[in-house]
Amino acid sequence: MREIDPRSIAGKLPAPDRHAPLVVIGAGAAGIAAAIEAARAGVEVVLIDEHPVDNDMMAMDVPLCFGQRMDGSVRNRALMLERVVETNPELASAHEADVDVQLGTYVWGAFVNGPTVQELPVPMLGLADDRRSWLLGYDRLIVAAGARDVLLGFPGWERAGTLGAGGATALLTRYRALAARRLVVLGSGALGLHTAGLALERGVEVAGIVEVAAQVRGDAVIGKTLAARGVPFFTSHTIKAARGRTGEIESVVIVAVNHDGTPVAGSEREIACDAVCWAIGMVPSVELLHLVGARLRFVSALGGFVPDVDARMRTSATTVFAAGDCVGFTEGLLSGPEIARAQGRLAGRAAAESLGARVEAGAGRDPAVTPPPASGEVHSHWRAWLDSLIATGGWDVNVCQCEEVTRRELVETKPPRYLKWDSKQMSARSVTTLLRDGPLNQDQIKRLTRAGMGPCQSRRCREQVGLLLARAASTTLDRIPLPTFRPPIRPLPLNVLWPADEPAAMREEWVSWFGIPTQFSPHWTAGMAMDEPTAHVRLIMSDE
Amino acid sequence: MADMGSSHGAAVVIVGGGVTGLSTGWWLARAGVDVLVLEKGIVGWEASGRNGGGATHVYSPFGLEEQRLWPQMDELLGYPTEYQPFRIGVALSEGQLALARRWAEIGETRGFRWELLDRRQLKELVPIVGDNAIGGTYLHFGGHANPQRTVQAYAWALQDHGGRIVQHTTVTGLGHRGGRVTAVETTRGTFGADVVVIAAGPQTGAFAEMLGVWLPLAPARVEMIATEPIPLMHVGGVAGNGLYGRQTLRGNLVYGGGPHEWINVPDMATPEHANTPLVRNLARRLAELLPGAAHVRLIRSWSGLVENTPDGLPVVERLARPDNVVIATMSSVGFGLSPAVGRAVSELVRFGRCQFADLGALALGRFADTPRDWRERAGWAATPTALEAAAGGDD
Repeated sequence: MREIDPRSIAGKLPAPDRHAPLVVIGAGAAGIAAAIEAARAGVEVVLIDEHPVDNDMMAMDVPLCFGQRMDGSVRNRALMLERVVETNPELASAHEADVDVQLGTYVWGAFVNGPTVQELPVPMLGLADDRRSWLLGYDRLIVAAGARDVLLGFPGWERAGTLGAGGATALLTRYRALAARRLVVLGSGALGLHTAGLALERGVEVAGIVEVAAQVRGDAVIGKTLAARGVPFFTSHTIKAARGRTGEIESVVIVAVNHDGTPVAGSEREIACDAVCWAIGMVPSVELLHLVGARLRFVSALGGFVPDVDARMRTSATTVFAAGDCVGFTEGLLSGPEIARAQGRLAGRAAAESLGARVEAGAGRDPAVTPPPASGEVHSHWRAWLDSLIATGGWDVNVCQCEEVTRRELVETKPPRYLKWDSKQMSARSVTTLLRDGPLNQDQIKRLTRAGMGPCQSRRCREQVGLLLARAASTTLDRIPLPTFRPPIRPLPLNVLWPADEPAAMREEWVSWFGIPTQFSPHWTAGMAMDEPTAHVRLIMSDE
Repeated sequence: MADMGSSHGAAVVIVGGGVTGLSTGWWLARAGVDVLVLEKGIVGWEASGRNGGGATHVYSPFGLEEQRLWPQMDELLGYPTEYQPFRIGVALSEGQLALARRWAEIGETRGFRWELLDRRQLKELVPIVGDNAIGGTYLHFGGHANPQRTVQAYAWALQDHGGRIVQHTTVTGLGHRGGRVTAVETTRGTFGADVVVIAAGPQTGAFAEMLGVWLPLAPARVEMIATEPIPLMHVGGVAGNGLYGRQTLRGNLVYGGGPHEWINVPDMATPEHANTPLVRNLARRLAELLPGAAHVRLIRSWSGLVENTPDGLPVVERLARPDNVVIATMSSVGFGLSPAVGRAVSELVRFGRCQFADLGALALGRFADTPRDWRERAGWAATPTALEAAAGGDD
């Protein structure tokens, strides 16, 4: 006879609150195109987007680096919702196509059965708004989660006013809530030029575009147009520090650098500004793809780890598709949404067909989606920036703001300062000594130094921690395994995440640890371990 | 890996770089024994670094030694463990109070002091406890440490004493000669050994089987959650309401508990660590335990694999045949006891017996009559629906 352990999870994981044949995550160009395409094929589609995110989340630089430069209007949820809808006219098309659009909804988890989890009734997503969380089951999932910001540290980057291009763009466009008048942009590739152009368009002054390379990296014509509008370019320069009173950025100091990133003596220049924006690249948002077990690989030209997808945007997790920037971010994609849309349509159609929907004739009208040739690998350029920042700012600069871990503390694998630990043995340890034991692992170093362990969930430091470790190990970032993502991938309060009700069995059979009656009874004398042996224990102790 | 090739083998080879193997290796190395730890992944990567950090196991034959050693561990190792003394048990019901008292009273029988707390006393000590608490216990013994920091401390201290660790190396077989295990075969060649310690967590049973020894073990997955930091409480070791865990010295609330999932681990595999919607139930339990922290953000969760014997008690034994093998599995409660258990295993290796505790209750012989299909009989195996789900993938 087969028993079920009543203390185990068997049968206790809840069915989702709702089930949808197809869920699309992300209402950017790719996600909306995917949702509409599948809805037109007759599939019931739920389209989820977290914007507008609430002010507290933005203050933590989640999901993008907003650098505390939101104006007061972001506290007005109704107004923000209005703006998000108004600035994204395609949302109306999705609505007209009978797509169930859910805005202001975080996706904080994705749960699927696998080698160590086998009790889920169906694959499901963890969703939440600002008040409560719920579970949504799906048959097919399309992830169009976009890309996130890349930040590098410099003295003073903890001050309010350090943004990422993604955060700045969101505040300039869909939120129309950027509280900055004078911006310095770091990076002169298409992303930097695009961000600067957008800022000018919205009435924000651009006090300079700083580029560590010797030439402007983006399109020369666009560069000239910006210069003609009075934007100064500082090539072969890096940022030395941000300055200001009371935690605000009021100016930045930039410095000319040599080819190897070392500063040119006497070349410092202070630029008055109230914000500085990192625009050297974006990283595909693969958190959910990682959680559903889609195979990821490192492609530097696409911004880092990206999912393996087939010609129809299907990932190695066969019920999951991906489209848009999360499949790979290249600066060429900034020229327009056509490629993201085409990827979305492909994914939407493939997902619909895999659900048995009949996609109408002529739907195969899209030409093959050929993203523009990637401009080559990006990480050596990020590395050049990092080298220049180290050469000018030194090693005692925070790499992780949340946990206050400096570059030096990271590569020397120092225990966190609050432990006030010092020993000869500890001082002799570092990334270099760890390397003798095997390849570096970012998760392991996170545990030791706490870099990346804070409430921003390593959004501000993941890439620079990886780059610093690669530098210390004299290797490249592709050799450092992907640090894991774990739910909740958005930092949500306990009283939002908690379930309103629980299955009776969850509550009644809850034990802190296995509920084996003998386990925590005195067992220093053989045979005395059993206080009250249950039928189960008797059964398994001998074969009577 | 720089260590490899210089010497292929050691006087003592330890299979498994979890907390039991590492502590054993450290005790041996500091006694001057030539020791080598083989680890399939990274040291302390599995349950050893993924637990609540509790160090209050006075019901165990290792309990007194556990209590004696922990306050000295930072100094002995030369690296921080974040050990903090004392525990507070919070009870939200009479049943929970009875459980907390039972734990305290076992401590009392071993000579430790504790106090019963009423609600007012409890709230003075732990201001974020709510009016739903009826009282609690204050143990002036026990404590907790940081598992992640401690496993690395063992590994580093072991190396400081001349011991070696080889990571990313899977043991594939055990070579015999003349009734003894003489070699450990791995994915990176064969390592000679005079004595072999098997401390391989859920895989320990498979290695025992290679030696013709029956060691019933059931692996399971358990989950934990961590919040953003909040101001430090007077005593970080606050638990109850079916949760184990602590406030870390950084201020994070780190707790686990609730239902486990019995699983079938593929041989020697290191599966990804996945969580389930159980994290929501853990969040609820934590907010009930500490209502003053209900608004605090959850920033992480994780899961780990642990193994249990049928009675939940460890197996720590030097085998009679082959007589140069020691088997050590802590049956899912290994971290807190590790200072003492490592010492015990090192003594089994060096002297053939543990000099400070009677390990009679932990002998393998107690399972001689346990039937082979005990997991199915007890309901401690993956359920049939789960097996179907696994076979069919998530299509």
